[in-house]
Amino acid sequence: MIARSLEESLAPITDGCVLAVPREQSGAAMAATRALIRRGVKRLHLVTLPTSSLQADLLIGAGCIEMLETSAVSLGEFGPAPRFTAAVTAGAIRVKDATCPALHAAFQAAEKGVPFMPLRGLIGSDVLKYRDDWKVIGNPFGDDDPIVLLPAIKPDVALFHAALADREGNVWIGRVRELAMMAHAAAKTVVTVEKIQHKNLFDDPWLAAGAVGGFYIEHVALAPKGAWPLALDDHYPADTAHLSEYASMARTENGFASYLERHVYAQRAA
Amino acid sequence: MKSSGDFRTEELLIDAIAGLIADARHAAIGASSPIPAAAALLARERGGGRPCVSLLGSRRHSFFTDGRELFDCAGQGRIDVFFLSGGQIDGQANINLVATGDYARPTVRFPGSFGSAYLYYIVPKVILFRLEHTRRTLVEKVDFISAPGTSPENIYRPGGPIALITNRCLFAFDRGHRRFRLMSVHPAQTQAEVTDNTGFDFDRPEQVPQTPAPCPETLQLLRTVIAPQLAEVYPQFAAEVFGA
Repeated sequence: MIARSLEESLAPITDGCVLAVPREQSGAAMAATRALIRRGVKRLHLVTLPTSSLQADLLIGAGCIEMLETSAVSLGEFGPAPRFTAAVTAGAIRVKDATCPALHAAFQAAEKGVPFMPLRGLIGSDVLKYRDDWKVIGNPFGDDDPIVLLPAIKPDVALFHAALADREGNVWIGRVRELAMMAHAAAKTVVTVEKIQHKNLFDDPWLAAGAVGGFYIEHVALAPKGAWPLALDDHYPADTAHLSEYASMARTENGFASYLERHVYAQRAA
Repeated sequence: MKSSGDFRTEELLIDAIAGLIADARHAAIGASSPIPAAAALLARERGGGRPCVSLLGSRRHSFFTDGRELFDCAGQGRIDVFFLSGGQIDGQANINLVATGDYARPTVRFPGSFGSAYLYYIVPKVILFRLEHTRRTLVEKVDFISAPGTSPENIYRPGGPIALITNRCLFAFDRGHRRFRLMSVHPAQTQAEVTDNTGFDFDRPEQVPQTPAPCPETLQLLRTVIAPQLAEVYPQFAAEVFGA
């Protein structure tokens, strides 16, 4: 359960796999993301639950992504995500545009082991128009009431960063409960953590309430400051100077390449 | 932003929005929305705790314990007010958060639809918010519909747009006629400027009032009580606008 190294923990993330990652505020495994780029992972189908920022932008810029399913990619107050924007306008990646609750619902379907989930809204939007994999049916319990069905999303691997795990591979997610849904929906889950404690999380009822059982988790790897330069809520804030530097460097392909050299391929950033 | 008199345009907008949501039970605020956030906090302060405010990204001003909860809470009918923006907004209140030009090979790509393709249908009072009021942003017809302004009769749609606020004016949206109506023009702006910078047709009364300036009590409340609350999620905005 506890991997010997960050690199070893990432073995399940193979070329071409469907990889799910959470939104920035929920714990993005950035050290792991840099390790994947160093390894040269290719053709990922990245699904963001439900949005992403630097993590998706880095993977796209580094050429690791073939397809992206997302509700939005942006650097928030640091502006548009430059590599995402460039790749989409150049037609270099395929995008399945979604909306936040549709991704949540599709993961929930996988969590429940049912083939689809219905969702309100969407009808009459171009989001729906471009999604051949979504269907509209008549509500079987209603009268002339069209509703959208979304197929379950069952990722090959879910990857996130959390504060704490124990030696048994149980992981504490606190109030970020959608991470449990991600782990339940994915075939395998890889988690990086700030700290691994000896005491079992389930021995403490306060911690157990915010824990995901190690049963769902393939590998846990220790990665202190593993969300850097993004924040890990209640632990450390975002490195705003770094994010601002990224936003400016990533505006050009050359600037992005220099960023990768400096902060990704140089081991010290790992 | 350009100031008029003793207040900033942001303060005028915050005050105007707070007036629109005073009767709500629960206002939720999404990402990158400091002005709506400040407006909701102001309305709550004036209302003695109502509306309840759920501020995305806040520890202190949100009771959600799951990323899904905002959407499920809205689906249950427990959110009365939400705010949306758009790279483009058109005269029928369709919003575009995805791209301009051809979808397959866009000219400009925006971040994406976020929760709009659901919340725009579900939340009873959606206030559209776009500071930049130009023919680039307020267009006759959007290139991509992230979420439509109105829906046919048989589509489940308890919610939709009620207003659009910009740095020049406030529009109300009439769902029956699928048109915007000019409600007020902000100080230091003219009706002619509004018309020249709007890419769609809209209705207007014979007399268009000026958006009322925030009163000294409101400004005091904003600068002393609301600013520190806002600074938790929007430190840069709070510092720039209120010196907090």
